Amino acid sequence: MELSLATRAVAGHTVLEVGGEVDVYTAPRLRQLLLEVHESGARHVVVDLGRVDFLDSTGLGVLVGALKRLRAAGGTFRLVCSREPLLKIFRITALDQVFPLYDSVESAIAADPDAASAQ
Amino acid sequence: MATVRLSFSPAPVHVRTARLVGVAVARRAGVADELLDEVRLAIGEACTRAVALHNQYGLRDPVEVEMRDDDPYTVRVIDRAPIEASIGLAALPPDELANESLTDEALTTGVGFALLAGFVEDLQVRPVEEGAGTEVRMIWPTRR
Repeated sequence: MELSLATRAVAGHTVLEVGGEVDVYTAPRLRQLLLEVHESGARHVVVDLGRVDFLDSTGLGVLVGALKRLRAAGGTFRLVCSREPLLKIFRITALDQVFPLYDSVESAIAADPDAASAQ
Repeated sequence: MATVRLSFSPAPVHVRTARLVGVAVARRAGVADELLDEVRLAIGEACTRAVALHNQYGLRDPVEVEMRDDDPYTVRVIDRAPIEASIGLAALPPDELANESLTDEALTTGVGFALLAGFVEDLQVRPVEEGAGTEVRMIWPTRR
């Protein structure tokens, strides 16, 4: 399935909904959108991977890059991921110890109650 | 028994094709359905690695993928990059993954290798028999 990307604002957060396949061919589009979100001044970002059916090392590298940029800027970067195949990818790469992972957008935002007033 | 061979220009757009073919042959070979996601990911990672190496060294040679519809299911992904390029394949520890000094390329390589090693029980990375290059050989059991 082709990559799909959409952003929306929720309670002071920029929520990026990702769907389809994130791989070596499509990951540059995700990287570009994350850069645009960062350059727009958003500092609390939630990436919802709920409709992603394939994620490879290139896609994971893009997500780590976004995490590092936001951390350096004093922001937050959270991932929504509840499907077991994707969770296994995070466990095997030890990236589950790097990313804050949540099972819904609501729980990701609720984990950062101050952000709603910060933006 | 049949062998399916795929040869593609080292461009990212073709990696998806290799994944799709690899899973189709795995299904035909009798690999269990619950392993097909892992087959798809591992073939994708091996091909991504090969494409990256060819681009890094400016090689226009095709990446080769050979899938044996056999028991066990055997996939070989062959690149033509200098052999020293495959040295240093290693998974990264968690405290290094988000390290500021780690380049995107090093991160992707380390994560890619972690996925290969994690999803393929029988994995071999070895020099090709003739000329420059590396073969990533992956084996999965079938239900035959």
